[in-house]
Amino acid sequence: MGEFEVHRVRFFGLVPAGVRCLACPPRGSRLALARTDGAVEVWNCAANYFQEKVIPGHEARSVEALCWAVGERLFGAGLSGEITEYDLGRLRASCSLDGGGGPIWSMAANSSGTQLAIGCEDGSVKLFQVVPGGIQFERNLDRRKGRILCLSWHPSDTHIAAGSIDAFRVLDVSSGQTVQRIMVNYQVQKVKRECVVWSIAFLSCGTVVTSDSFGRVQFWDWERGTLLESHTVSTSAVLSLAVSEKEDSIVVGTSTGATYQFQLLPVKMGSLEKRWVRTKPFQHHTHDVRAVAHSSTALISGGLDAQLVIRPLMEKIQKKSYDAALRKFTFPHRRLVSCARKARLLLFQFSQHLELWRLGSTDETGKDGEVLPLCRMPEHLLQLKSKGPEHIYCSCVSPCGGWVAYSTASRFHLYRVQYEGDSISIKKVPKVPKLLSPAYQLQFSSDSSSLFVASARGSVHVLQLLEPGGCRHLHTLRPPSGCPEAVYLLAPSADGHWLAAVGGDWVIHIYNLKCFKHHCMVPTYDCAVSAVAIHPVTNNLVIAYSDQQLFEFSIPKKQYTAWSRTVQNCGLHKLWLERDSPITHIAFNPKNPSHILLHDTYMFCVLDKSLPLPDDSAPLMNQSTLKQLPESMRQRQLHAFKICKKFQPLLFADLLDENCLVMVERPIMDIKTQLPLPVQQKKFGT
Amino acid sequence: MVAPVPLRVVRCGGSALHGARAVFSADSKYLLCAAGDFVKMYSLATEETLQLMGGHADRVTGIQLNPRNHMQLYSSSLDGSIKLWDFMDGIPIKTFSVGPKLLALYALASCEDSVFVIVPKSGERDTFQLVSVKLTKAAGQDVEAKELAVVLDGVDASPKHTAFGREGEYVASVKELNLQVYFFKQKQLNRFSVSATKTKGGNNHFTCIACHPTEDCIATGSADGKIRLWRNFYHKKEYTFSTLHWHHDTVMDLAFSIEGTSLLSGGVESVLVLWRNESDCQKDFLPRLGSPIEYISVSPDGALCCTLHADNRITIVNSNLRFSKSIQGLIKSADVKTGLVVDPRTKALVLNGEPGHLQFYCLQSDQQLFSLDIVQRQYIHQAGLNQADLVKVAFSARGKWLATVEEREEVTDPELQLKLWFYDEETQSFKLNTRINMPHEDHITDVCFRDMDELEDDSLILVTTGRDCVFKVWVMVEDTDPEAQQSVSWSCDFVGSYHNYQATNCCFSEDGSLLAVSFEETVTVWDSVTWDLKCTFCHPPGKIRSICFGRLMCSKYLIGATDYGFLCCWNLLSCALEWSAHLNILVLQPDPLSEYIAAVSWLSKESSLFVFKPNEPRPIYIQRNLCKEKIQLAAFVPRDEPEMIGSEKYLWLRRSQLFFLTDTQ
Repeated sequence: MGEFEVHRVRFFGLVPAGVRCLACPPRGSRLALARTDGAVEVWNCAANYFQEKVIPGHEARSVEALCWAVGERLFGAGLSGEITEYDLGRLRASCSLDGGGGPIWSMAANSSGTQLAIGCEDGSVKLFQVVPGGIQFERNLDRRKGRILCLSWHPSDTHIAAGSIDAFRVLDVSSGQTVQRIMVNYQVQKVKRECVVWSIAFLSCGTVVTSDSFGRVQFWDWERGTLLESHTVSTSAVLSLAVSEKEDSIVVGTSTGATYQFQLLPVKMGSLEKRWVRTKPFQHHTHDVRAVAHSSTALISGGLDAQLVIRPLMEKIQKKSYDAALRKFTFPHRRLVSCARKARLLLFQFSQHLELWRLGSTDETGKDGEVLPLCRMPEHLLQLKSKGPEHIYCSCVSPCGGWVAYSTASRFHLYRVQYEGDSISIKKVPKVPKLLSPAYQLQFSSDSSSLFVASARGSVHVLQLLEPGGCRHLHTLRPPSGCPEAVYLLAPSADGHWLAAVGGDWVIHIYNLKCFKHHCMVPTYDCAVSAVAIHPVTNNLVIAYSDQQLFEFSIPKKQYTAWSRTVQNCGLHKLWLERDSPITHIAFNPKNPSHILLHDTYMFCVLDKSLPLPDDSAPLMNQSTLKQLPESMRQRQLHAFKICKKFQPLLFADLLDENCLVMVERPIMDIKTQLPLPVQQKKFGT
Repeated sequence: MVAPVPLRVVRCGGSALHGARAVFSADSKYLLCAAGDFVKMYSLATEETLQLMGGHADRVTGIQLNPRNHMQLYSSSLDGSIKLWDFMDGIPIKTFSVGPKLLALYALASCEDSVFVIVPKSGERDTFQLVSVKLTKAAGQDVEAKELAVVLDGVDASPKHTAFGREGEYVASVKELNLQVYFFKQKQLNRFSVSATKTKGGNNHFTCIACHPTEDCIATGSADGKIRLWRNFYHKKEYTFSTLHWHHDTVMDLAFSIEGTSLLSGGVESVLVLWRNESDCQKDFLPRLGSPIEYISVSPDGALCCTLHADNRITIVNSNLRFSKSIQGLIKSADVKTGLVVDPRTKALVLNGEPGHLQFYCLQSDQQLFSLDIVQRQYIHQAGLNQADLVKVAFSARGKWLATVEEREEVTDPELQLKLWFYDEETQSFKLNTRINMPHEDHITDVCFRDMDELEDDSLILVTTGRDCVFKVWVMVEDTDPEAQQSVSWSCDFVGSYHNYQATNCCFSEDGSLLAVSFEETVTVWDSVTWDLKCTFCHPPGKIRSICFGRLMCSKYLIGATDYGFLCCWNLLSCALEWSAHLNILVLQPDPLSEYIAAVSWLSKESSLFVFKPNEPRPIYIQRNLCKEKIQLAAFVPRDEPEMIGSEKYLWLRRSQLFFLTDTQ
């Protein structure tokens, strides 16, 4: 595998924001997710649940509800009282309209996605029409006291069920009148505690399902106003509820972090009488499960512990594949750390500030596995707070450490950092070109002379950096065929000759930087690109896709390399393909041109192209067994993938120089200690 | 002499009540239980045993009401037969001999003339099958029933591992990690399995199963304490289950209520759990049931349920989970250290009961009279703890005083307590009078009172012998402390020893004038007034196991049994060995009412009984091959009314949990 001096960095204090709501379109593979900091993400279920798009949050824009409307349009509404449409191509809020009813607690789209209903603080339910380019207020429905916390349309779009405190109402859409009002805490009236209806679902048979703060999931006949079934699933609140499309399964999430599945099962074999039965409990979260979704093959839940959990329904899955395993995602699938290799600096991106750290150093050497004492401690050099309510989209530090750039939704910032001994000075570069906002990815060239700014419509701006602290817009690279989506990954070559840019349509364009011309396009592979990098010696582009496939593309020859073809012919190891998280960074070792350094959240891998690929029968993780084998045996067992799993969740890994690695780890326990205390539960034996 | 009557060994009682699930009669007035080889019928109103139905030659393994006649009962036994009883009159109607061992019995209303039994698969060890047995309608008491049809293969032997579903539509059986369900109409067999999990406590093998009476729902319990409710199990793939988890250890049994709205479960926690609406959140408990629950059954009117416990108790519980009644049989504790002692007052058999308790067990009614807490400390249900337990018990002649010895086993120095209890006529129970900490330096080997009926109060003497090489004599003294509520207490009067040998046994002569104490290989005889050593007897080789004085006509004899197989009889007047016999005597028990002495010997894997009078070296009665098991203890229990011929009964306990009562001529 090779020996490296490894910096194990644990001072990146990232705490991912909790999941606030989920929206799963009825037919479609994209899952929209909103976090408590207002960020909206789109996860692609078809591409191994890759975090495809991220729209960073905004201080004033909390998201309480998300819905997909007709034509894959995504709308969000929150306590600011506004309904916002998200532009998924340009990854920003495109237009917003005030709801006019105070903070919005809930929003639901009708079955065709042409109308949106919102539930407001003042107790009103308002209908909006989805029109091209935005939404239009249509009408108010009957207003009663009490905020509307949840909404659900009847599948035939004739009625809306609206949950409030202590009661829920059924509204007739055509007349706008309340046709039924049901008190949910009728049976427990002696208790003077209010019962919050947290979530509601309207089934096509006329049954209304509510989940409330008393830990009950109740089934009501709305026309008669009677309780059909009541299931107490928890001692604490049931916060969220989602129904499968066939209406035979329901998933609920509770504030203790447990989720439960309800299934509509026949009471007797062959009889038509069916009953809702609580079947599977899952305890994957530690905190409130604020959002659940029910896709056709999986139960999806998101909690305040920032985890997105995808629990497949085994009986719905035909063959064992990637989809058949439980998936848990805590960390973003994009880079939040950038590294100045030469200056040995790390730049950490938080939602509203940046931190620049200098790595510690040691002058001792040791054997494999030893922990070396530091002679200089890592140093927190500076903290850069972004002004305004907008969150940071992306950031980068130049390889020499002299430049720091970041971008928010509306502004782009470039700083010149100067180091004089132990003191450090930072100066904002004035007059940055105005055409740049927002930048989706920033990347400095390896000689720190220019900055590549990924922008909307597939374009990449090239800025020339000028001493002592200035910049000039050199050129804008655009794909020849045009592209509606923004560029989200950039990879410049070490010799400054080439630049690879990946857009939201997953097409990789390669530009020649010497003449600022489009060089070629990598043949399209129908999956999201999770990482790209250009080899410093051979100028081969290495591409990792979210379905864990690896490709190597020779830029000068404009074709896949022979090794890449071999990989495609032989196929990758089964265990490699079934890994949980995508490759998020690729690096190379200049000393060993055949080595490719890859990492995902749970492992670090040195891929040696000179060694044979493992077949499915060979163990993929064989490093520890290899160590015990004698030299002759070891040679026979070697294969290309040298995997190391000793690290805590890895956010970033890079090669500083020939034998020095930096690993940025984020132990889950460190995040847990930052979260509020979970609901106290008595555990047996404690 | 009366002509010898062939000795009859009759199982008298104390047999385990938890051989099979108990069955309520159709009117819920009676409870039927399998008890050893018998079927017992209890009245639920009075807890009395109304009928004792015997006839099986081996353990009864299953009882079921006849689905077509609720006044009839089927019972199956290891002897390979099924009997049909009229249980109100206690008479057998029919006996169907099936052949192989029957391990469990199920009867279905939908199956007209057959019942289901679990039998060992012929030719294979430890595999069992569920078969249906056609019960022919042929006339006559004894009928052959050889028409067997295999329903399920590879089932578990335990009756708790198989259950029949709603209206006999399907049968479900669990074994280890697998559940199999067979649908009779569709002839479809579905198998499901759970993945094994190993925890510190053990595994998650299935332990019991119950089927919902009206819906397609199966409840299974497993060794890790989880209850699974299976539904949709007619789909091989889309089956589903939910889990209820409260028990921390094995779920021993499950039962649905008659309507199926609630589920009862029990386990070693001794807590009956009622799960309502199959919900994890709505559960009720009936705790402190005393000992692990083995079986749960529900009455047909739904008003009662009953649990059978590991300590031979039946508890009747109301439908609102209130404790109603309990029927306590003989508690079989792990080690009967006290031996069998007869309470002179109640004629009850006294022995170790619950840990730290002394149970008074009535032989005639096969019920526990009461339980006396001797140790008076909280018992902690955990393995590997050294807990104080009762080791010796002695009653004074009329049962006015009770001496108990308890010890806590410590490797280096045992913690000993001698307690003396006084029978309080007002409260009708024993009251603690004196507690003596560390009466001896080492384990106490024997305790006895001086049995003198007429001199009960003032000259009552207690002797204890210990491994610390002394015997101590304890007497009552007037209490001088004015604060004390009682007038007398006990204190040590004399300490005797002999050549620094360990004292092993002690016994008083009938008139109380002589005390015999055995010191390893030697028997010493002491004057009980002056405490002078009168004489010694020795019959090497071998240490003395037990000694006793002869009674009535034979009171001049002292009998001793030694380790290396000798029974010796010494004449106290001549101080010489009168006779000896080469017998490996395990138990030597004199009858308090006659001069007979019973000795049980153990030779070549069988127990033999010898009854003799000390004045004749030739036994009066010999019963060879009494039973195959080692007999550990025996006791003579005086009869209430002397019988016509020789009025002795004696009772002994063997290593297994069955009791025998034997009649001699």
